[in-house]
Amino acid sequence: MDPLLLARIQFAANISFHILFPTITIALGWLLLFFKLRFNATRDEAWMEAYRFWVKVFALSFALGVVSGLTMSFQFGTNWPGFMERVGNIAGPLLAYEVVTAFFLEASFLAIMLFGYRRVPDWLHTLATVLVAVGTSLSAFWILVLNSWMHTPAGFEMREGVAHATDWFAIVFNPSMPYRLAHMLLASGLTAAFLIAGLSAWRWLRGDRTPGVLAALRTGVVLGAVLIPVQIFAGDLHGLNTLKHQPQKVAAMEGVWETERGAALRLFAIPDEASRSNRFEIAIPNMASLILTHEWEGEVRGLNEFIGEHPPVAPVFYAFRIMVGMGVLMLLVGWWGAFALRRGREPGRWLARALVAMTFSGWVATLAGWYVTEIGRQPWLVTGILRTGEAAGPVPAASIGVSLALYLAIYAVLLAAYIGTLYHLAGKRGGAGQEVRTGPFRPQAQPAE
Amino acid sequence: METLPPGAWLPIAFAVLMALSMLLYAMLDGFDLGVGVLLRRTPEEAERDRMIHSIGPFWDANETWLVLGVGLLLVAFPMAHGMILTALYLPVALMLAALILRGVAFEFRAKAPEAQKPRWDMAFQAGSVLAAFSQGWMLGSYILGFAEGWAALLFSFLVGAIVVAGYTLIGACWLVWRTEGALQARAAAWARGALYATWAGVLVISAATPLASPRIFERWFDFPQVLGLAPIPLATGALFLLLHIFLRRFPRADHALDWVPFAACCAIFALCFQGLAYSFWPYVVPERLTIFEAAAAPESLLIILVGAGLVLPVIGLYTVVIWRVFGGKARPLSYY
Ligand code: HDD
Ligand code: HEM
Ligand code: HEM
Repeated sequence: MDPLLLARIQFAANISFHILFPTITIALGWLLLFFKLRFNATRDEAWMEAYRFWVKVFALSFALGVVSGLTMSFQFGTNWPGFMERVGNIAGPLLAYEVVTAFFLEASFLAIMLFGYRRVPDWLHTLATVLVAVGTSLSAFWILVLNSWMHTPAGFEMREGVAHATDWFAIVFNPSMPYRLAHMLLASGLTAAFLIAGLSAWRWLRGDRTPGVLAALRTGVVLGAVLIPVQIFAGDLHGLNTLKHQPQKVAAMEGVWETERGAALRLFAIPDEASRSNRFEIAIPNMASLILTHEWEGEVRGLNEFIGEHPPVAPVFYAFRIMVGMGVLMLLVGWWGAFALRRGREPGRWLARALVAMTFSGWVATLAGWYVTEIGRQPWLVTGILRTGEAAGPVPAASIGVSLALYLAIYAVLLAAYIGTLYHLAGKRGGAGQEVRTGPFRPQAQPAE
Repeated sequence: METLPPGAWLPIAFAVLMALSMLLYAMLDGFDLGVGVLLRRTPEEAERDRMIHSIGPFWDANETWLVLGVGLLLVAFPMAHGMILTALYLPVALMLAALILRGVAFEFRAKAPEAQKPRWDMAFQAGSVLAAFSQGWMLGSYILGFAEGWAALLFSFLVGAIVVAGYTLIGACWLVWRTEGALQARAAAWARGALYATWAGVLVISAATPLASPRIFERWFDFPQVLGLAPIPLATGALFLLLHIFLRRFPRADHALDWVPFAACCAIFALCFQGLAYSFWPYVVPERLTIFEAAAAPESLLIILVGAGLVLPVIGLYTVVIWRVFGGKARPLSYY
């Protein structure tokens, strides 16, 4: 097989696996802080129970995030040496800032957050929790700055074929950064919210009535219901921003081939690049123009204006529908749940089942969203500066094949083990297994009771 | 020393920073990988748990030094980064896979169903051994300037085995420091075993490096230098001797000196590293690319240096805090 294609598949596999875990930890860190502060304020055991259960999920997800992230940091050199050679002067400092400001912070204080409950004063434990949450959010910030810059480069000049920074402010606050950051952080919030709600609903259905289960379920549902409209709004703004900077991506998302006024919103279609048209189209007239230009007869530029310069249409088109479809489902289930649970009510059987079905909806939407963004950027790696094919290295296909097979096998096992372990932990009544404690336990300072 | 190009201080500063974080990585992740290598040497579940508890709070931050080291290579010497990592493609892939196994086995062994625990222990040990081995493989290949062929591969595998021994040594010394009773006695015995293997290994590498490259040979054995450099191998030898004598005496009645073997290992690592760094200076890709040729644009380097200068002291500070909170003999870890 073509080494370039293999390198791309490998990169996509690695980052897709990586992003599953940050999406959970970024928001879950803040949620743990919330549980802890609620407990300190109310002394209600339910919050402590919720904390106890979810801190384990956090630790597990964090470990997976760290080790898969380690792979990412080597990927640039092993698979895309051309990337650093051309834009290293800009990508380098951004990555370096991520390591020194975020990674050390989270990795160091994680120890106190996880294992310090009885070893340090309560304020220090709370502070450590805050710092870890800040660290994960900060690392999302830096990496999204870089990723956004690759989509909408700014603040640089080319000298002898190499990008040099001219304005760091413009680089960091490049045109798509605020939208992407907001959209991703919200995605993380939603992923964690539906994970918490779904897993708690599963425990509820199995008859686990420990108070912590209901407290977590309620938190998840309310958070989801609050965030999803915000996310839809942010997504709309994000799309408008993309229309300005990467119109060919939006054309692929919408499946618009010919530039048209009053473009219809294609709910479903099978885009066919050979005939450059859609088959089996189901569409709402004028809606796409309305959404994208906020005008009934607004003009939407079609893919035929970008021949040779636009991404493969079908994956972008489908992935976009999966993401938005998940968003709509989240809205329905989230609001139904928030309504059904109002003023202390307990969840009914059907609501609980719906929440269980939505447990991993955040993962699906997030991955689909990244596929829209990243495939939609092709054939460019850095818009207008570097094509993906130019960044590939001299590594032979056989080597990439071997490593790809190795990674895929490991990922399959780990994903199964991760999900299996989540349900195993959730299956223990009250979730308060003693598994970390072995041998005599000698608390130093008792937490205030 | 050769005359330096103007503006050379920036690449030098980055080379030093990079070398430091690699060295810190080798010492710090070295000890927790070493503990991983040793994990299944004891049949007792309680002792295994204790070993894991001794490294639980540290391994993540330890591994971050690798991220920083590679990150600095990436940002400061982008050309070299691509050359080195594509040349080392397979061992890097192996190391990453191994580090993944090691890192997750840590969590899974405590959280997955009880029946799976032995399997995760196995994954933990296999991951640790392979990670150490592939790091040695990379080092060996680097020493030979990425030469190809069977002899080179064999040498790289030999260095791989030596690094496994070295990490086992420092891991065992860590356990001597952080545990007590029967486990400590076992650890001291493990440390002695690893000591002799490491000793032999260091001798082999020291002999092979100058033979592999005439430039390195001159560098070490030219006349006035040889006098200035002699303390490095002498001090290394003395430390090995110290360990040899000291490790016979465990467990001791009082724990005041339990940290000594670990400190001695760190010193050995630092000396060996210093020797290697001296051999390769000023090359970042041996015999092909110097740090000056490979450096990124000065304005980009400067902005990183400013950030690093501000943040590294803070990192140092909270590392100290964490080492104090989790200091002393390992105690069981609990989330609440
Ligand atoms: C939006 C969020 C996000 C995205 C897009 C990425 N990461 Fe990530 N990464 C995180 C959010 C994150 C995190 C939340 O900060 C993690 C997950 C769990 C953790 O420990 O930190 C993390 C961990 C993590 C680590 C381990 C850090 C440690 O030792 O603590 C590395 C080296 C990377 N990442 C590198 C990358 C690279 C090179 C990426 C892109 C190509 C990337 N990540 C995409
Ligand atoms: C975290 C969520 C992300 C996911 C799920 C993701 C997914 C993908 C996918 C599927 C591709 C393949 C596109 C194609 O080749 O057709 C890709 C390409 C790429 N992405 Fe991302 N990406 C993410 C974030 C990032 C970030 C944060 C960066 C950089 C800082 C990045 C850098 C790249 C690069 C360099 C490529 C080009 C290689 C390629 O075409 O395969 N990605 N990504
Ligand atoms: C339902 C309304 C939504 C709309 C209109 C929307 C819109 C968009 C658009 C236009 C993009 C592509 C941006 C670009 O690269 O140019 C995008 C990307 C993305 N979406 Fe959505 N989205 C919605 C829902 C969601 C949901 C529910 C999630 C996850 C929980 C999500 C997660 C993502 C992610 C992770 C990306 C890639 C990162 C980025 O570019 O921001 N989206 N979204």
